[in-house]
Amino acid sequence: MQPKGRRHPFFQGALDAAPFVIVLAPFGFLFGLVASEAGLNILQVLSFSILVLAGAAQLTAIQLLTEEAPTVIVIVSALAVNLRMGMYSAALAPHMGDAPLLRRAMAAYLLFDQPYALSSVAFEKHPDTPVVDKFQYFFGAGAPIAFLWYLTSLSGAVLGDKIPSNIGIDFALPITFLAVVAPMLKSSAHVASALTASIAALIFNFMPFGTGLLVAAFLALIVGATVEVWAEKRAART
Amino acid sequence: MIEASTSQIWTVIIATGIGTFLIRFSFLGLIGNRQLPAWALRMLRYTPVAVLPAVIAPLLFGNGPNAMDPIRLAAAFATLAVGVSTRNVLYAIIAGLSVFIGLTALGG
Repeated sequence: MQPKGRRHPFFQGALDAAPFVIVLAPFGFLFGLVASEAGLNILQVLSFSILVLAGAAQLTAIQLLTEEAPTVIVIVSALAVNLRMGMYSAALAPHMGDAPLLRRAMAAYLLFDQPYALSSVAFEKHPDTPVVDKFQYFFGAGAPIAFLWYLTSLSGAVLGDKIPSNIGIDFALPITFLAVVAPMLKSSAHVASALTASIAALIFNFMPFGTGLLVAAFLALIVGATVEVWAEKRAART
Repeated sequence: MIEASTSQIWTVIIATGIGTFLIRFSFLGLIGNRQLPAWALRMLRYTPVAVLPAVIAPLLFGNGPNAMDPIRLAAAFATLAVGVSTRNVLYAIIAGLSVFIGLTALGG
């Protein structure tokens, strides 16, 4: 976590997170633009980014709102996108569970993909780091890019409010989601899960109110986990 | 365009915010060091790969206004191909955007 030994863990975290700026800044800007063109006002866009702080879930909610899905389905689907963060929480609890509640709550708020990824690697490498320093590192890896997320979605919303353009969500969503998912397709289980999700979503597309999405995602979870178990068994046999 | 009422939009924003926080807070805040069963962790690992394609497949291949549009399909394919081969989110987005803008310019 502190290769030179002297750098403050907060700044080390911020430094490690810096490369993510090139991904998060355009993504945040795009969210603001797309959300404001779909009909959200600037305050709603900014509140969305501050309260939820998760791009894929925010875009999913906007998409389902434009499809006029019922409120409950919109919320459940957006939360389904964020379920992976329960795994992040479980992974970091052994390192960060021993701290005052308020501090853990603040860390939970910032528990999105990038600070999780950086911290889990750093904590595995230096498990004996004091808990206080682990929190400092985590906040350094999360807070600056969270602020960048608010700022870029706000500027996207302001611009979308002023200049109507044709970057609709039906174009932005496939590109951004495919760009996020493609690098994850590194095992047969991941590929099987993504294929199941796509095909099942088309088969169950007739279901009302976006409920087909939830059925498809659930099937894909089962297929992913099952193929992983098969692959492990096969690897154990050979 | 979103036809939902202002109160519906705010309900979505606030409820998604609270729900997302509770998911993130779950183990750090409440459950602590207790281990989740292996099958549950295994399924949680697949949530992004399971949910995101299910959101976009109907947009690309379903019956929406812009589904089956060759330009959008080409842009989607470029994003996927570059994303898989480079494992880089940014390169993938740039590839998809370039194909979309390039083909739109050619076609228009």
